[in-house]
Amino acid sequence: MEFNDLIALGIKLLFIMLIGPGLVPIMVWLERRGSALIQGRMGPNRVGPLGLLQALADVVKFFGKEPFVPSSANKFFYNLAPIIAAVAPLAAFAAIPFGGTVLFGEYQTNLQLSNLNVGILAALAFAGLEVYPIMLAGWASNNKYAVLGALRGASQMISYEIAMGLALIAMFLIYGSVNMNDMVAWQGETLFGFLPRWGVFVNPLAAMIFLIGIFAETNRMPFDLPEGDAEIVAGYHVEYGATKFAMFFFAEYVAMSMAAALFVTLFLGGYGLLPGMESVAIYLSSLFGLEAMGLHNMKTFMGVGSFLMKLGVMLFFYIWVRWTVPRFRFDQLMHLGWRILLPLGLVNVVITAIAIYFIGGSI
Amino acid sequence: MTIVVSRQEKISDRFYLVALAQGLAVTMKQMLKSLFGQGIVTVEYPEKRREYSQRFRGAHFISVDSKKTENCTACYLCQTVCPADCITIVAGERDPETSDYGVKKEKRPLSFDIDALRCCFCGFCEEACPKDAIKLSRSYEMATYTREEAQYDLKFLVREVKDRG
Repeated sequence: MEFNDLIALGIKLLFIMLIGPGLVPIMVWLERRGSALIQGRMGPNRVGPLGLLQALADVVKFFGKEPFVPSSANKFFYNLAPIIAAVAPLAAFAAIPFGGTVLFGEYQTNLQLSNLNVGILAALAFAGLEVYPIMLAGWASNNKYAVLGALRGASQMISYEIAMGLALIAMFLIYGSVNMNDMVAWQGETLFGFLPRWGVFVNPLAAMIFLIGIFAETNRMPFDLPEGDAEIVAGYHVEYGATKFAMFFFAEYVAMSMAAALFVTLFLGGYGLLPGMESVAIYLSSLFGLEAMGLHNMKTFMGVGSFLMKLGVMLFFYIWVRWTVPRFRFDQLMHLGWRILLPLGLVNVVITAIAIYFIGGSI
Repeated sequence: MTIVVSRQEKISDRFYLVALAQGLAVTMKQMLKSLFGQGIVTVEYPEKRREYSQRFRGAHFISVDSKKTENCTACYLCQTVCPADCITIVAGERDPETSDYGVKKEKRPLSFDIDALRCCFCGFCEEACPKDAIKLSRSYEMATYTREEAQYDLKFLVREVKDRG
């Protein structure tokens, strides 16, 4: 590994560590103020300007509390669960591309921690790890509510992962690759001359199934049965407090941003420029008198901006849905997963395969 | 008797996504309304207070005359009518020779204690009082740190309360 590679890796690591955990306080603030606005309240507005430092105050509160372990809990797994919960979604960020390539003279690097050829599968594998902390936490707490929450979480996540996988298979057929950079490049074209050739326009059914899947996968409303407050108190993390609860809380939001980033990459054109951004980039670079390399880098950074914008829209959508839809009953959830989404996903794969056989890759 | 109501579901109801979109539109409308300061119904309490009705029944007080002497004549009507048994009066007298009031206001309460923790704020004492002496103000901030602070004595009750608080 070259010295340049090390520096580039360090910068990218820093960026991802800023984006992943850095989104959490913003998300929490947006969630609390947004929910307040939707419900006609003010929301937390005392700590800092517009209440922006509320999350910081909460963190200080959580870390100042007594680290409590129930006497009948299995201490090793009890402590292990929040660690896995926090690490798994962060690791998945490594495979997600935030932008195109940056040029420094001869040196070229991808704005992605690791450009894996099986990128999407690696991201999904880490996302799938999120089942384990829920099961471990539920079982190790030695509490009946926690076990109920864990059972719900495990069955729900496994059920929806199948539908998600089927939606992905259809997209793999279309993109003809599992490398995320190839997918983004494929989506860079336009459809019928005006619509960007995003996955969501090419295969809306797969996008819908995948969207519902990530809601279930991240335990968000209307699929937050593992922690259904009304029936099982707090579900799998009922016995957790202080820092360990904060870690679960943090993990939930990182998992949300990770899933949103995945959705953006797969279906919303990833770091591809939004319509009109290209001409802005050309105008700006001519304004500053930049060379071809400068223009390329300018486009790349605007791509990062476009990615973050799409990510922001997705994250707001999470919050918007959460404060709109009530929770499903568990049988309804299973019905939706196995008897609606799974057949729909299968049909979608078959139709996509037939369409590609006849039209070819030139949609 | 059980009434069975069966609703005819339209296709759009069964599809669920249409209803979901309608719901999202409702919450977005409310959010935009709140964002521009229209739909917010809560009050930022310590800074802003809700204006309660004139008939609100809050902390007790005893009305005073122009010389700051309580109007109460210790007739025991309020103590008798009180359903929560929270008023305790000890009656005494003023000497008509030395009092400013002469034979008026000859009878007076030596002590007038209200146990606010027992009080149910029914307002019967107010109604029973022939002198309009005991009244309920509009003040609702009656939380105390100790139980003893919630035992109102005469000195507390004759405090100045303007416009019923």
